[in-house]
Amino acid sequence: MKHIVKIMAILVAISAFWIGLLQAAVIPESYTWLLPLYFIVSLGCYGLLMVGVGLMQFPTCPQEAVLLQQDIREAKDFMKKNGVDIGPD
Amino acid sequence: MAEDKKGENKYSIIIPTYNERLNIALIIYLVFKHLKDFNFEVIVVDDGSPDGTQDIVKQLQQVYGEDHILLRPRAKKLGLGTAYVHGLKHASGNFVVIMDADLSHHPKYLPSFIKKQIETGASIVTGTRYVTGGGVHGWNLMRKLTSRGANVLAQTLLWPGVSDLTGSFRLYRKSALEDIISSVVSKGYVFQMEMIVRATRKGYHIEEVPITFVDRVYGSSKLGGSEIVEYLKGLLYLLVTT
Repeated sequence: MKHIVKIMAILVAISAFWIGLLQAAVIPESYTWLLPLYFIVSLGCYGLLMVGVGLMQFPTCPQEAVLLQQDIREAKDFMKKNGVDIGPD
Repeated sequence: MAEDKKGENKYSIIIPTYNERLNIALIIYLVFKHLKDFNFEVIVVDDGSPDGTQDIVKQLQQVYGEDHILLRPRAKKLGLGTAYVHGLKHASGNFVVIMDADLSHHPKYLPSFIKKQIETGASIVTGTRYVTGGGVHGWNLMRKLTSRGANVLAQTLLWPGVSDLTGSFRLYRKSALEDIISSVVSKGYVFQMEMIVRATRKGYHIEEVPITFVDRVYGSSKLGGSEIVEYLKGLLYLLVTT
């Protein structure tokens, strides 16, 4: 099944549930009409929250840049010793 | 005993290059340093670099032996996806590693990819920057923001099953790579994402290992407006085709 179909199916299920709520009138109708809006807003909040959390916890590795420079020096020495012409830096 | 320890698996490391004269020497040195306990070959697919990348590879073949370093050049720049297909044709290993030549992918992580594959029997082991032990160096806030935004969007819409979609440091069982790459059509930036999403949909066992990513090309943000549009188009394409 194509992925878009899965997502559509979920949306259809949610809509069906919402229409059911409208019909059954277990909660006041004016509230029910606002539910899709809440849904979209909470989806947006979820997205922003995830991006925010991701940014705050963004893993960085400054020490790796230092280690890489050491590795590069080591490799360059080896190339010089073995006569591989890697040219000027 | 030494031969015994090397085991039956052979790893073909495919590295596409374009003007990577210095980097290819450094990366090959590091590959040999970190993989001495394994059977492997490095396949350099060079797209006609004018800077003499191929000369360097030939010199390295003299140092390390031609059976360990294969140079399989192409006449001109033909793109990343076809470079892998080209390299794959010449791969003699039962496992294939694809990695970038610019040293943002450090060969010191190769043993952890291999170890993970052996432990889990996975068909694909993919490097991820976004878990404990992983990380990125050299990105500004804008770059981090775009990266996180793109990732949240893709995780929410595609359910890809891996935490780092656009990372391209991966180990594949050769048969799996051949199978997946034949159904991938995207170019450029979206290519790596399509590879892993198709692999997930096909039901391949995918495992992740943490890697660090040191961006050495400071200042030149690869994520401009047109890349973002390409990314969104790729996302939409994957939504309707996978």
